[in-house]
Amino acid sequence: MRILGDFDVAEEIVQDALLIALERWPVDGIPERPGAWLLTVARRRALNQLSRDARYREKLAQLEQPVPREPDDRLRLMFTCCHPALSRAAQVALTLRAVCGFTTAEIAHAFLVSETAVAQRIVRARRKIVAAAIPYRMPDDDELGERLSDVLAVLYLMFNEGYLASSGTTPTRRDLAEDAAWLTALVARHMPGEPEPLGLLALMRLHLARAEARFTSAGELVLLQNQDRTLWNRSMIAEGIALIEQAAALGRPGPYQVEAAIVACHAEAQSWAATDWRQIVLLYDLLLLMTPSPVVRLNRAVAVRQVDGPETALAEVNALARDLEHYHLFHAIRGELLLELSEREQARASALRALELTQNRAEQSLLARRLLEW
Amino acid sequence: MKYVLLFCGTREQQQAWEEMSEEARQAQYAQVGRWFAENAARLGPGNQLQPPHTATTVRFQGDGEPIVRDGPFIEGNEVIGGYTEITVADLDEALRMAKTWPARGTVEIRPVMGVDQ
Repeated sequence: MRILGDFDVAEEIVQDALLIALERWPVDGIPERPGAWLLTVARRRALNQLSRDARYREKLAQLEQPVPREPDDRLRLMFTCCHPALSRAAQVALTLRAVCGFTTAEIAHAFLVSETAVAQRIVRARRKIVAAAIPYRMPDDDELGERLSDVLAVLYLMFNEGYLASSGTTPTRRDLAEDAAWLTALVARHMPGEPEPLGLLALMRLHLARAEARFTSAGELVLLQNQDRTLWNRSMIAEGIALIEQAAALGRPGPYQVEAAIVACHAEAQSWAATDWRQIVLLYDLLLLMTPSPVVRLNRAVAVRQVDGPETALAEVNALARDLEHYHLFHAIRGELLLELSEREQARASALRALELTQNRAEQSLLARRLLEW
Repeated sequence: MKYVLLFCGTREQQQAWEEMSEEARQAQYAQVGRWFAENAARLGPGNQLQPPHTATTVRFQGDGEPIVRDGPFIEGNEVIGGYTEITVADLDEALRMAKTWPARGTVEIRPVMGVDQ
């Protein structure tokens, strides 16, 4: 793109190359260095494009450079798509479109917005990139910390959406989650001095490692306390834990690393009862220092229940009522605690409220089943 | 790329500025002066503006006579204190400059129309 100087054209060319790859690889086999191959094809198409376009003819000579060993154009593209001058929604849509090759329809489906809205969002984002001259470049070292946090936030959003789609009939869109994990791995690989990409990658891998146990064959959601832990991928869990240790060695703790550690506590435990709940509460305390938020407090309260009992936990949950009024999990967790304290009517009311607030079919089904049991 | 940096603040910040001691104000000007010196190569024309109560607004509505009113056009709490034109390579450079603006408040970065990109 430095060569073409035009975000749109460059993006199209990378997209075309991706499409060719998808068609050719099953036939020709995966080339030894797929990244380099993609870039080669992209360059060939770029050369064709340029020779057709009189304005760029003088730039042809620059393309006769050898292919770089480790093409980092995807990373550069991702940082550009996640520029802080773009809204978060635009960052996500643009990343999915330009870096992952999602169609507008697929993006719309994943985030429960109309195709028109997605298309408009992407068009406006591209216009802003051009009009405000958002540069296509890796941020400088002194900008990297901030810019990285935007990239990781987008990747985390993508992962969560894919892992438990907030809406729609398919409870998960695993390829979206796996794409997010793959991109996070790319970021981590190219930034070996940064611990948070490793933390986020560990978090994602630890979730993915336990994915098989999250649903019954009938597509029903299974809560963590009821999951068959023999279905967890232990070697993937070990890899995830190794990533946390790798991050920790860099000596700069951060929220993704702490979240990953919390998930690791669960992943290491042989059972719900055998989980190191005290450590989890401590980790949440640490996380609250870094990212104070009512949702984090809510999740901490679930751990507090295990350490200090339901009454203490309920008191903490109730304190979050104003902030989390519209969050279905607030009501779901509150319902569970109320039931434990034999407040049956209030528990039912909470569960009903939770049911109203979620659009995910699997979650709705789970909540409905529990209501029947109570 | 040409951008305009609009230096803005809240009415409270504007008030605080007006109520500053002469000494404090001079210190602020010195900081701003240093910023202008450091960025001289990138700066175009610009000015501090007189406070918002000195503003007069002409508002066009439909085909009728435009309405003249006392005060700035922004109805809310934000006021524009000054502006400067800058010429830099791209938005990241503009952001770098804006982030070091010593008088703080809010800085809007708006690309200028019709400049060769």
